[in-house]
Amino acid sequence: MIIEARKVFKSFKAVQAVKGISLNIAQGQFVALLGPNGAGKTTMVEMIEGIQKPDKGEILIAGKNWKGNEDELHHLIGLSLQETYFIDKLTVQETLRLFASFYGEKKGRVAEVIQLINLEEKKKSYVVNLSGGQRQRLALGIALLNHPNVLILDEPTTGLDPNARRDIWRILLELKKQSNTSLLLTTHYMEEAEQLCDYVIIMDNGSILKEGTVEQLLNDDNGSKTVEFTLDGIYESIDSDGMLPKIHWNQTSQQGMVLLNDIEKDMKAFLALLERNKLRLKNIEIRRKSLDDLFTSLTGKHLDE
Amino acid sequence: MNKFFKAKQLLQLIEANFRELMREPAVLFWGILFPILMSLGLGAAFSTKQDVIRKVGIIRTTDSIASDTPAIKNFLLKNACKEYHANEKTTYYSYKIKNEKLGNSIFLFQEINWKDAIVSLKRGKINVVMEEKNKQISYSFDPSNPDAQLTYIKLTKFFPSNNTYVSQENTDNIKLLTLDGTRYIDFLIPGLMAMGVMMSSMWGISYTIIERRSKKLLRRMVSTPMKKSYFLISIITVRFVMNFIEAGLLFLFAYFAFGIHIQGSIPALITIFLAGNIAFSGIAVFISSNTSKTEVGNALINVVVMPMMILSGIFFSYHNFPDWFIPIIQKFPLTIMADDIRGIFIEGAGFAETFIHCLILSVTGILFFIAGIRYFKWY
Repeated sequence: MIIEARKVFKSFKAVQAVKGISLNIAQGQFVALLGPNGAGKTTMVEMIEGIQKPDKGEILIAGKNWKGNEDELHHLIGLSLQETYFIDKLTVQETLRLFASFYGEKKGRVAEVIQLINLEEKKKSYVVNLSGGQRQRLALGIALLNHPNVLILDEPTTGLDPNARRDIWRILLELKKQSNTSLLLTTHYMEEAEQLCDYVIIMDNGSILKEGTVEQLLNDDNGSKTVEFTLDGIYESIDSDGMLPKIHWNQTSQQGMVLLNDIEKDMKAFLALLERNKLRLKNIEIRRKSLDDLFTSLTGKHLDE
Repeated sequence: MNKFFKAKQLLQLIEANFRELMREPAVLFWGILFPILMSLGLGAAFSTKQDVIRKVGIIRTTDSIASDTPAIKNFLLKNACKEYHANEKTTYYSYKIKNEKLGNSIFLFQEINWKDAIVSLKRGKINVVMEEKNKQISYSFDPSNPDAQLTYIKLTKFFPSNNTYVSQENTDNIKLLTLDGTRYIDFLIPGLMAMGVMMSSMWGISYTIIERRSKKLLRRMVSTPMKKSYFLISIITVRFVMNFIEAGLLFLFAYFAFGIHIQGSIPALITIFLAGNIAFSGIAVFISSNTSKTEVGNALINVVVMPMMILSGIFFSYHNFPDWFIPIIQKFPLTIMADDIRGIFIEGAGFAETFIHCLILSVTGILFFIAGIRYFKWY
C-alpha cells in the first residue's frame, strides 16, 4: 500500500471534520473521495499531504510516518491544493522551473511537463493571464514535475467549464496508462469519480458512507434503477407507505426520486401508490443508478448541495 | 550533488522574486522615483528664497497725504510705485529692496485711518503703523512680534532724521551660513535613505510573505522539498539589493541636483546601511510571521512604520519634542539609522561613532527574525 490511513480523527474548535476514517490506496490505484462541500475531504487529504496533523490515528505513506520523514515524503508526493495562486508576474515556464528546482529536476523536465499539460502556447504567458482551466493545468503540471508515486489532487476541476474539465481528465487518464502513479482525488462531481477512478469512497460529515469500485457501488443491489418523477400539484412529501423503498421528495424543486430494485414488480407498486393517493404524474424518467443517486439515497441530499 | 541542487533552489527563488519585482512598474515608481521626487519637492520648498512682504499702514489725518505727511510722501513718490491690489481692494505704494543673498523685501505702504489701522494690526494684515506729525515720524507696532520689530528697524533706515534714503541694503557685514551640511536638504537626504530602507523592507518583505500565505502559495511551496529558510532568505536578499539600488540612486540624484557630499567614512556608511537592513528585515519577518490577512498585515506594518516616520527625525528634527520623550525616540531603529547616516554625511562621522549602533541594529534584527521564525505559520 502506498497510502494507509487508520482511524484518523481531526477537529477544529467545535467542528469534528474527520471522524475515524481509514483508507488504503495501492500503487497505481486511482481513488476518489466523493462528497459534498464540508464533508471533510480537504481535511483528510491535507493530513495525508502532511499539511495538517491528525488528532488521533495514523497515516503512513509508503510505510512511513510524516514525522522525521518530511523531505523523503515530499519527494514521493505530487499535489495540488484546492485553490492556489502562483506568482502573478511569472510565466508558466518560470513557475515550473522554480518548482522543478525544489525537486532538483533537470531543465528538460519542465519542457516535458509543459507538453504533458498542453500549455506550449502559453509557456511564455504570465500566470495572471491564464484562464481558470489553464491555471488548473499548471497546478497539475507542478504536481507532476517530480514523477510522484502518489498524486493528490484536491478538487482539481471545481469551477471549470465541461471542456476544461475534460482536458484535465484526459491528462490524468493518459497518466494512468503510462505510469504506475497512484491518484487520490477529491471531488463533488460524481462523473469525475466515475470517469477516472477505480475505487470510490463516498464521504459525508467526516465519515465514510460507502466505498467500493464504481461497479460495486452501482450494482450492489442487483441492478436497481432510478426513477425520477414530477407531479401535478404541489406536495410537501410523498410517503411510500412501506411498500416501496423510501421516496426522496425534494420540496423546492418538486421532484421525486426512488431507487427500484426489481423494476418490473416495483414499478407496478409505484404506479398503484400514485393512483391510491390520487397523484397525477407529470413526468417520469427511468435510468441506471448513478453515484449521485446513491448519495441521495444515503443522505437525502445531492452531492452538489 | 544534494548541496548543489539546494543552492539551485535558492538561486531560482531569488531569480523568481527579482523577476516579480521588476515586472511591477509600480515598484519602480514607489521605490526609486518617489523618494527622489520627495527630496526634490522638499529640497526646493526649503531652499528657494522667497520675497518677504512687509505691509505698513500710514495714518492720514486729512484727505491728502501730501499736506500732513511730507517726508513719507516724498519718499514714496520718489522710490515707490503705486499699484492697485484688486483682491484686497486696496491701493499700495510698493517699495522693493533687492537682495540676492537674503531674498527680496517688498514694502507695501497703505494709507489708512487709525480705526482701520487697529483692525488691520489685530488681523495681522499690517504689522507697523507710521504717523508723521510736524516732520517727526512715529511708529506703532506690537513689540512682542519679532516680524514687526524687523519691519520697524528696516523702516527707520529709510526714514533717518537727515532724510537721506537708502535703496540698497548694505549686506557686506552679514555672513550667510552656507557651509556644507547646514542646509535642509543635507538634513533630509540621509533621513530619506533610512526611511527608504524601513519602508521598502517592511512593505516588501512583510507584504510578500503575507500575500503568499493568503494565496496559499506558501503552503504549496513548503509541500515540496524546498528548504524553508531559503524562501525567507530569497525575499530578504532581493530587498537588500533593491534597497542598495534605491539609496544609491537617491544619493546620485542628491549629489547632482543639490551637491550633497559624504563627509565621513563610506565603509561605515555601508555598514550602518546593512545593519539597518538587517533590523528592518527581522522586524518585517516578525510582523508577518502569523497572519494570512493582508488587511491585518497592512495595519501591523502601519503601526510599526508610522510612529517612526513621524518621530524619528526624518523630515524635521526630533529635538523639538519634550525632553523626556527624546531618549525614547533615540531608541527607535529608524532614529538610530537616520542619525548615523546623517552623522556620516554631514558631520564626518566614522566607525567610532556608528559601530555600537550597527551592532544594536543587527542584534535587534536577528532577535526579531528568530522570534518570527519561532511562530512562523507556514500553512
